[in-house]
Amino acid sequence: MSYPADAKYTKEHEWIKINGNLATVGITDYAQNSLGDIVFVELPKPGTTITAGKSFGTVESVKAVSDLYAPVSGTVTEVNSDLGSAPEKVNQDANNTWMIKLTLSNAGEANGLLSAADYEKFIAEEQA
Amino acid sequence: MSDRDIKKATTQVNQNEGLIMEKSSPGKKGYKLPPLDVPAVNISKMLGDLERRDDIAAELPEVSEIEIIRHFTRISTWNYAVDYGMYPLGSCTMKYNARINEVVARLDGLAGAHPYQPEKLSQGAMKILQLLSECLIEITGMDAITLQPAAGAHGELTGVLLVRAYLESQGNPRKKILIPDSAHGTNPATAAIAGYAVENLKSNQKGMIDLNALEKQVTEDIAALMLTNPSTIGVYESDIHHIAGILHRKGALLYMDGANMNALCGKTQPGKNGVDVMHLNLHKTFSTPHGGGGPGSGPVACKKILEPFLPTPVVIEKSDGTLGFDYNRPKSIGRVRAFYGNFGMHVRALAYILANGPDGLRQTTEDAVLNANYIRKKLEGIYELPYKTQTLHEVVFNDRIQQRKGVKTGDIAKRLIDYGFHSYTVSFPLIVPGALMIEPTESESKEELDLFIDAMKAIAKEAEDEPDTVLNAPHTTRISRLDEVRAARQPILRWKKQAKYAAE
Repeated sequence: MSYPADAKYTKEHEWIKINGNLATVGITDYAQNSLGDIVFVELPKPGTTITAGKSFGTVESVKAVSDLYAPVSGTVTEVNSDLGSAPEKVNQDANNTWMIKLTLSNAGEANGLLSAADYEKFIAEEQA
Repeated sequence: MSDRDIKKATTQVNQNEGLIMEKSSPGKKGYKLPPLDVPAVNISKMLGDLERRDDIAAELPEVSEIEIIRHFTRISTWNYAVDYGMYPLGSCTMKYNARINEVVARLDGLAGAHPYQPEKLSQGAMKILQLLSECLIEITGMDAITLQPAAGAHGELTGVLLVRAYLESQGNPRKKILIPDSAHGTNPATAAIAGYAVENLKSNQKGMIDLNALEKQVTEDIAALMLTNPSTIGVYESDIHHIAGILHRKGALLYMDGANMNALCGKTQPGKNGVDVMHLNLHKTFSTPHGGGGPGSGPVACKKILEPFLPTPVVIEKSDGTLGFDYNRPKSIGRVRAFYGNFGMHVRALAYILANGPDGLRQTTEDAVLNANYIRKKLEGIYELPYKTQTLHEVVFNDRIQQRKGVKTGDIAKRLIDYGFHSYTVSFPLIVPGALMIEPTESESKEELDLFIDAMKAIAKEAEDEPDTVLNAPHTTRISRLDEVRAARQPILRWKKQAKYAAE
């Protein structure tokens, strides 16, 4: 699996696409594959403030419930409400299924995130 | 391999059985009452809105006595239980529940005791509570105990509430509880319910607590560390006294999840290693029934500093030498359970402890550890062992070797059913992706362990040569593989008359 180069990645397996002051966040294909069939996604309400490195929601699969970690800090502007009735979309195409959109409060935080190439290297090590 | 070759597999008493609602026909009943010999009352008038509506009443099943007996007897044969065979569900300690426990718990004076009978008529029952408390205090090396909590997670909550009450009495309840990634899943839930934020602690390469990381993470904000010991991968935290030292220097406490006490009982006392508070699972370590055979019991043992906060009432010896309940404990966190906890479980646990004695309990622990290590030795290489650290009462493999053919831990577990065993624990602990967590307990003989090992080896071979056999398992059960994903995404939790037709 190759990961889109226009996104940045976390070691907790979220992706983020940043466009100016706006960003879109989802989980990676590696994450959905380790979780297995996803049955429920719990996301914050629009207007919620989230903090880089802290949990902003959970994703539940038949195996486990896992936290979603915010790649950057900001305020949630929109959540993907499709996931309420169709969480399997994350399994089908994780890299292109967004979960939340937000406005950044500290654009500098994005510098600490992984590039697609670095992320691929990181998961190769995790699997080794 | 044909199913004929499977030594333990057997087709079950296999009559199909519908839902009790579907057996109903109007007017059938299993009783015949004599004519009314008191004046009739107008029920509708007395109950008003509370009267059961006809549309709901019409859905209650109406069946004869023999039908209902057959219904429940048939479905009872579909269960798997430790009385049928090995039940290696890791972290659950599914040991044999000795019949002597049941005999003692059914003695008239104990089974018929009422929680409101006067203290002078309850001396025997109170003596049991006192004696069990003393035994568990000695086993854990702690100073005091409450037997009230009804289960392990309930014990955790009670223990963390003791921590909170103690820290509050010192002026500051603090904000966070540290939880290692190898802990039981209930630990973070407990901390959150008790009003603490959860901070994760990453395990090191050996699957143990990293002392340097701990030193950095413990601040004056940390109320306690909740440590599962041995951890979910069966590894004993040999640095536990250092861990306690790091916490204590910052005024934080050490909580030990004692669910895995079957690896320690009679060998080491957590209280001597710096643990401040811990729970026990009587339904694991002390052989009281588990799961559907419950209820459970999760006593919490603690050090002297936490004793004033224990739930009320506490059994005390009065000046005349008789036993009584002390309710006058102003610092207590209050009751956590009606009356005195699940007394029937206390009786069973005490019977188990006294029947074994100190040497027996020690032997039990040694056998449990030996059994798990026998399985580890025999299956290592056939299944990958991700952590090579010495393990105690359970062993955790992963499915990486089998995954090459697309076979995952859940598939192997399903196939194990065909071989006549209950599954091991699947996909837990989370620090081992694709985990197979196996805990045989001391109850199993070498013969039974060998059957299990043969089954696991045969499944590994099938995964290699004929993966579809494993991927489509189970084959010998009444119902083939269930759609767990659909059950989770579209749960149907309530029977409705229409549902039957809607599904067709």
